[in-house]
Amino acid sequence: MAVEATEAQPLGKAVKRKEDPRLIRGQGRYLDDIVLPNMLYMALVRSPYAHARIRGIDVEEALKVPGVQAVLTGEDLAQMNLHWMPTLAGDKQMVLATGKVLFQYQEVAAVVADSRAAAEDAAQKVQVDYEPLPAVVDPFFALTPDAPILREDREEKSNHIWHWEVGDKEATDAALAGSPVRIKEVIRMPRVHPAPIEPCGCIADYQKATGKLTWYVTSQAPHAHRTVLAMVSGLPEHMIHVISPDVGGGFGNKVPVYPGYVCAVVLSLKLGRPVKWVETRTENIATTNFARDYHMTAEIGATEDGRVTALKVSTIADHGAFDAAADPTRFPAGLFSIVTGSYRFPVAFAEVDGVYTNKAPGGVAYRCSFRVTEASFLIERAMQTLALKLNMDPAELRRRNFIQPDEFPYQSALGWTYDSGNYESTLNKALALVDYDRLRQEQKERRERGELVGIGLSTFTEIVGAGPSHTFDILGIKMFDSCEIRVHPTGKVIARLGTRHQGQGHETTFAQIIAHELGLTASDVLIEEGDTDTAPYGLGTYASRSTPTAGGAAALAARRIRQKAQQIAAHLLEMAPEDVEWDGSQFVAKGLPSRRVSMAEVALAAYTNVPPGMEPGLEATYYYDPPNLTFPNGAYVAVVSIDRGTGQVRVERFVAVDDCGTVINPMVVEGQVHGGLTEGFGIAFMQEIAFDEDGNCLAPNFMEYLVPTALETPRWETDRTETPSPHHPIGAKGVGESPNVGSPAAFVNAVVDALSPYGVTNVDIPMFPWKIWEILKTHGLAL
Amino acid sequence: MFPNPFDYYAPETCDDVYALLHEHGYDAKVIAGGQSLLPMMKLRLAAPEVLVDVNNVADLRTMAVSDTGLRLGALTRHAEMERAQWPDYPLLSATAGHIADPIVRNRGTMGGSLAHADPAADWGAALLALDARVTLADAARSREVRLDDFFVDTFTTVLEPTELLTAIVIPAPPRESRPFGQYLKLERKVGDFAVVGVAVTASLDDAGRVVTAGIGLASVGPRPLKAQAAEALLVGQTLSPAVIREAAEAASQAADPVSDRRGSAEYKRTMVRVFVERGLAKIQADWELVNRASA
Ligand SMILES: Cc1cc2nc3c(=O)[nH]c(=O)nc-3n(C[C@H](O)[C@H](O)[C@H](O)COP(=O)(O)OP(=O)(O)OC[C@H]3O[C@@H](n4cnc5c(N)ncnc54)[C@H](O)[C@@H]3O)c2cc1C
Repeated sequence: MAVEATEAQPLGKAVKRKEDPRLIRGQGRYLDDIVLPNMLYMALVRSPYAHARIRGIDVEEALKVPGVQAVLTGEDLAQMNLHWMPTLAGDKQMVLATGKVLFQYQEVAAVVADSRAAAEDAAQKVQVDYEPLPAVVDPFFALTPDAPILREDREEKSNHIWHWEVGDKEATDAALAGSPVRIKEVIRMPRVHPAPIEPCGCIADYQKATGKLTWYVTSQAPHAHRTVLAMVSGLPEHMIHVISPDVGGGFGNKVPVYPGYVCAVVLSLKLGRPVKWVETRTENIATTNFARDYHMTAEIGATEDGRVTALKVSTIADHGAFDAAADPTRFPAGLFSIVTGSYRFPVAFAEVDGVYTNKAPGGVAYRCSFRVTEASFLIERAMQTLALKLNMDPAELRRRNFIQPDEFPYQSALGWTYDSGNYESTLNKALALVDYDRLRQEQKERRERGELVGIGLSTFTEIVGAGPSHTFDILGIKMFDSCEIRVHPTGKVIARLGTRHQGQGHETTFAQIIAHELGLTASDVLIEEGDTDTAPYGLGTYASRSTPTAGGAAALAARRIRQKAQQIAAHLLEMAPEDVEWDGSQFVAKGLPSRRVSMAEVALAAYTNVPPGMEPGLEATYYYDPPNLTFPNGAYVAVVSIDRGTGQVRVERFVAVDDCGTVINPMVVEGQVHGGLTEGFGIAFMQEIAFDEDGNCLAPNFMEYLVPTALETPRWETDRTETPSPHHPIGAKGVGESPNVGSPAAFVNAVVDALSPYGVTNVDIPMFPWKIWEILKTHGLAL
Repeated sequence: MFPNPFDYYAPETCDDVYALLHEHGYDAKVIAGGQSLLPMMKLRLAAPEVLVDVNNVADLRTMAVSDTGLRLGALTRHAEMERAQWPDYPLLSATAGHIADPIVRNRGTMGGSLAHADPAADWGAALLALDARVTLADAARSREVRLDDFFVDTFTTVLEPTELLTAIVIPAPPRESRPFGQYLKLERKVGDFAVVGVAVTASLDDAGRVVTAGIGLASVGPRPLKAQAAEALLVGQTLSPAVIREAAEAASQAADPVSDRRGSAEYKRTMVRVFVERGLAKIQADWELVNRASA
């Protein structure tokens, strides 16, 4: 069949997502769709208190409920030494509480029954005798001597977890002291939750006959989970088969291992039957990994003409009851040191202190590469404050401080080597799209009419694609990723990767990369992820790492195939391999363009007619250890107006110009950007997991934890610049997270811009209408 | 997310409903649209032993328009009101579109909303503005109660456990006047309960004078409120900015909100003023438009 021009050489084309027909017709297969014969259902008993001593647990009545098979408590697990488990951040976390509970909704007992309804009925009948203790909610209070020590298991009798710092403190202090202009801003990123539509869950299926455990789990990192499970349970790793079926959104929430998973596995091992556990919405939001909760202070020094001289940042990181972050081992505050952003800071210093409180444990990187959102929010907000102080247009201030295109690779003051970028051209494109000069003029006119109108910029730089093995590991496992390609005799391909998509479109984009390298179409290539028995080892999908790592592996594995294919092609053309070249879609005899061989012909020959002495077959595996991370960037502009009656903010326009290097599929990129911007909008205006003084979670459901719908969401205008990464095999950088990382600051900067004529320099997110109204009232602006 | 076990009955006549309610008393709950009761049962905040499903009772689904007013069966769904084209009752469709989302509106009923008596409910405010009455009945008697006397406190009404709310009665607007209605709702996202909800209705004569006026408030008190002093200020007046301002101020004084994570009491009280002002200004603008068109 002839190949359509739109399908040939698919890299960079808007190929329709191959996974969509299945997923949008409701024919996906998510965890809760899986029903196994003889399956049992598990429900968890959770603590109503944020901090309490457990005096006793009575399971008598629960065991009497018809259909109940077993009840598991922390004491039962303690006998197997499974009542605590390691977190990916190197801390440990209780599986089922013994002694004390440390956050509201903490796991206290597990009930397993023939039906989910029976399990829930029985869970209600488990009697736990609690002695409530004072809850520590404020991380600053947690650090004072008056605060009760939360983690009695630790040797160090303190709620302080760790201190981390980077940069040159002395030089930074000196530069700040010597700077004619200085600003200081306290910037808070509240606790939010990734809130994937599909909550977390698993089915543990231990077959006594074979000794093999099949573990279906909503996992962004199935191989890592297999290894962790092997380490925790003592089961041999080859007897654990992890299957991550279709995943309904992850955003970082499905990277960690949760207590419910361990309980389901223990119960299946014990009973020899499959055990399913699926969270309720409240369990997902109130107990599984949250994100952010950073209390940050930024100081910037600058010259009078607006050139930055120094950046100093100190941060309190509220981790809740356990440090259950999923950061690479050497980076307890993730990649927060990207905090110098897109700007030429000669010196900088950043420090972060992790703290325990009586809240749910975390925090994960919610659609960001390990605390990059926090860093980007901080620097983009602080640049706004500096622009106000200097009375300078924020676009001009940024221009004066951007790292210039000829300075790449650029060595940042906090130790990163930025790969590439052309920040000014990205900004210029965004400004042209919104018609910035005219907007500023309009703003002036509208202000004269008493309207509150603001324009906010964010020109962020990310750091993604963890990562190079010299620096990055999780629990000692290096963070490279992999791809295995098998070309079948008819030229059709199956490829498997160590990543696990949850909506990112890998089935399409990775097929495009491989097809492009092999002269095929994307529909010739089937992508499979998520099955540890078939896929090569890899650390999974989060931190925008799939394309930088597994995407690189895919291109390089395909090139390995092509190397062998070239030999076979030469054999078919009866020429020496060096006299054959690849023209981008076929092998061609040098100087004889009519003599050519397609990849399909080579594939058949690989199984039927290889050159003498050559091993038959056409397969390759590549473990790609990237030499560096990649540094996507973007320029976002938000235009807002404020209702002086109600304090409601209307986003009139939002322009997002992203530079993620080589674009594999512009439609998929646009989809990612739309989704991320919508999440960033939610974070800026609607979302916070707040607690009362007793540690009760005040937003444990979608009634209180607000997720934007199409009706609230502004219209997004997107565009791109393309500055390839010089070190990535196809120049791609990763894009899934940029919009979530870059947009919150643009929204806040726009609101601050609207209010700045009245002396406002900061508005805390989420910018609820009542909060804005309080500001309007204070400044006599409320109607 | 599973309720406690319960027995379920689905009778087809009011008499059978009365008999079941009489038999089971406090252990029984009527279920209409189920959009408030079922979430509470699934969260195990409510655990009735007996559910009496009234959806098959044809008498509760009637709708009758007459010269004196509109009589809506208790099972009237929010969605039916959203689509209703009754020029005499513009506030009904104006309000219905603000309730929850289309899925909830397809199931939820007006009678259920009133009986549930959530102070944040939109019907409470709108029907108070319209001066509606409800009929309550059991095997022994049937009574008609002004809505303002029906609501007692948060989630509390004068309904006896054996009684059924059978219909809502809305008086017709006065002759020789044209009715207008606006529902203004501050919500944090679509489908959210009101942070503040304000229903404003007024019938204006040819000279633009207010013949009758109604103002109902949601989410700013222990129960839906009727801003009677503000209503009285409007009657006989034309809707000048000064009159509007005064009525809006009076309505905000009628509000009795509490501070919570949706805003301070002061904020909510102010929103009542802002919304009454905006609602009345829109009514005046609509009247001017109609008048200009017919002139
Ligand atoms: C996601 C969501 C969002 C919502 N948002 C809004 C909103 O924005 N605004 C709003 O106003 N409402 C909202 N609601 C509530 C919704 O309008 C409900 O439909 C309404 O409150 C109850 O009506 P129902 O018919 O569903 O009653 P049910 O849930 O069936 O019953 C509610 C209560 O009323 C009693 N009852 C019902 N009918 C009768 C009767 N005829 N006689 C005596 N007692 C009776 C029941 O016993 C029960 O106690 C929302 C609901 C949901 C699930």
